[in-house]
Amino acid sequence: MNGAFKVLGRHMRVFRRTWKHNIMFNVVEPLLYLSAMGFGLGTFVQEINGMSYLQFIAPGMIALTAMYSATFECTYGTFVRLHYQKTFHAMLAGPITVKDVILGEILYGMVKSIIFGTVILLVVTALGQIKSPAALFIPLLLILQGLVFAVLAMCYTAYTANIDFINYYITLAIMPFFLFGGLYFPVSALPGWVQAINWLNPLYHSVELCRALSLGQMSADLWTHAAILALMGLLLIPIPVKLMEKRLIS
Amino acid sequence: MTDIIKAENLAKCYRDFRALKGISFTVKEGECFGFLGHNGAGKSTTMRMIYGLSTVDEGRLSLFGQDIKLTPPEIKRLMGIVPQDDNLDDDLNVLDNLEVYGELFGISRSETTERSLRLLSLMGIDAKVSSSIDSLSGGLKRRLVIARALINNPKLVILDEPTTGLDPQARHLVWQKLRGLKNEGVTLILTTHYMEEATQLCDRLVIMHEGSILAEGSPKELLERHILPYVIEVHAPLDTIPPDLTEKITCAGGEVLQIIDGLFLYTKDGENLWRQLNDWGLPQHACYMRPTNLEDVFLKLTGKGAEA
Repeated sequence: MNGAFKVLGRHMRVFRRTWKHNIMFNVVEPLLYLSAMGFGLGTFVQEINGMSYLQFIAPGMIALTAMYSATFECTYGTFVRLHYQKTFHAMLAGPITVKDVILGEILYGMVKSIIFGTVILLVVTALGQIKSPAALFIPLLLILQGLVFAVLAMCYTAYTANIDFINYYITLAIMPFFLFGGLYFPVSALPGWVQAINWLNPLYHSVELCRALSLGQMSADLWTHAAILALMGLLLIPIPVKLMEKRLIS
Repeated sequence: MTDIIKAENLAKCYRDFRALKGISFTVKEGECFGFLGHNGAGKSTTMRMIYGLSTVDEGRLSLFGQDIKLTPPEIKRLMGIVPQDDNLDDDLNVLDNLEVYGELFGISRSETTERSLRLLSLMGIDAKVSSSIDSLSGGLKRRLVIARALINNPKLVILDEPTTGLDPQARHLVWQKLRGLKNEGVTLILTTHYMEEATQLCDRLVIMHEGSILAEGSPKELLERHILPYVIEVHAPLDTIPPDLTEKITCAGGEVLQIIDGLFLYTKDGENLWRQLNDWGLPQHACYMRPTNLEDVFLKLTGKGAEA
């Protein structure tokens, strides 16, 4: 694990140089969604479960940012380092294992989720959409959200042969997460079987957590959502490690 | 002297392709050991096994007295690697490249900075401390990769074709630095397909071909063992060469090697053979005499020159 933090150290050095551009990409996009949907669609939607439409979707933007930040870092970012820049090969010549490299990548995805998710949390707070001090727990939960999306992305990146194929992951995994995750409408509106599948959708659990904490709707369900995220993330970690070992060590 | 590396019947298969066919060699502390061979001879496969990008599946490999399957981090700590491609970190500037690498070795931040600056000045890159990697020439990148390999004060430095693609000045500079390292007692392993580089730097070397070692020794030993001291290169169309030439030279104790369309006449007594050329029907202006070197040994052994 010590090696993984050294790998993270390298990434953080890069991050200190590039965070301003990263903010543009990771923060502005959710804000565009929020304003277009909140103010546009929101004028047609009266109320959802007693909330204004803007209030309903605002907490989801935090989860969305966490998903995008970790996903893009651990797909395109990782693939470029693996394939084009040969950063991993260089690191492996030092006292570092493939496992360290992969855990370092995942940690970086998590850091980005936490930082950018928190930025959105602050923005949403400034817009007056946070109703409860329980929202202070959101950055803590962003750790789990970052973990899940970083690990899932890493599984695909370790498997894919070509950078263009990352689009499949974005279209076939991230887009369904996004559309059915309960960001823009309550998942209870979906057919029963879709709701059942949705239990495998990490964004659904993330959105539920962010929304409940923003509004102070505390319940035992929150533990279930958090536990599912943690389990998904932790159980899948060996997959990218094994795939990358096969790929990097001949 | 202790053995830093000991390989016994080391072999490697990639699917159906046998890249390494059971090689044995020993590298002793403080020497510069070379691997000479064409592309695909198995040099890089051997290097990758030593520095932990390939597993040892067949045979035995011992590093610093420890048998390994996949080189573990504690042994990688003792080594510095100069890989074939310059895998510098494009996202970071020159100094950051070294500092990040130092931190991977767990060297403290202040110590890393100090070492980095010292290495940059040693390799003559101190004017480029905050330059981007993209802005460096090929020679500077190569020097930076060597500097990076030295950040952990390694006991063993592995150089996989360290001067490929460099101009003569840059090459000589790299050679000078490598000699300096050797004088400090660092063990060097070098792969190259430049014979001059091997002659200049290596105490001992092996000639590899198609996954096997064909010969081993110091450059001088290899010359004495495998080749006569002089060669006359014949630069004339093969069909103008008198047909009995080979026989005459062989009778006189020489050797004839045909390499593609060129003819190489090896002899103990160059002066004598040179004087006889005209009589034997070879115009002197089409010939060129020189002392033999490692390249002749290499060409002979790797069979690029089928004996005429």
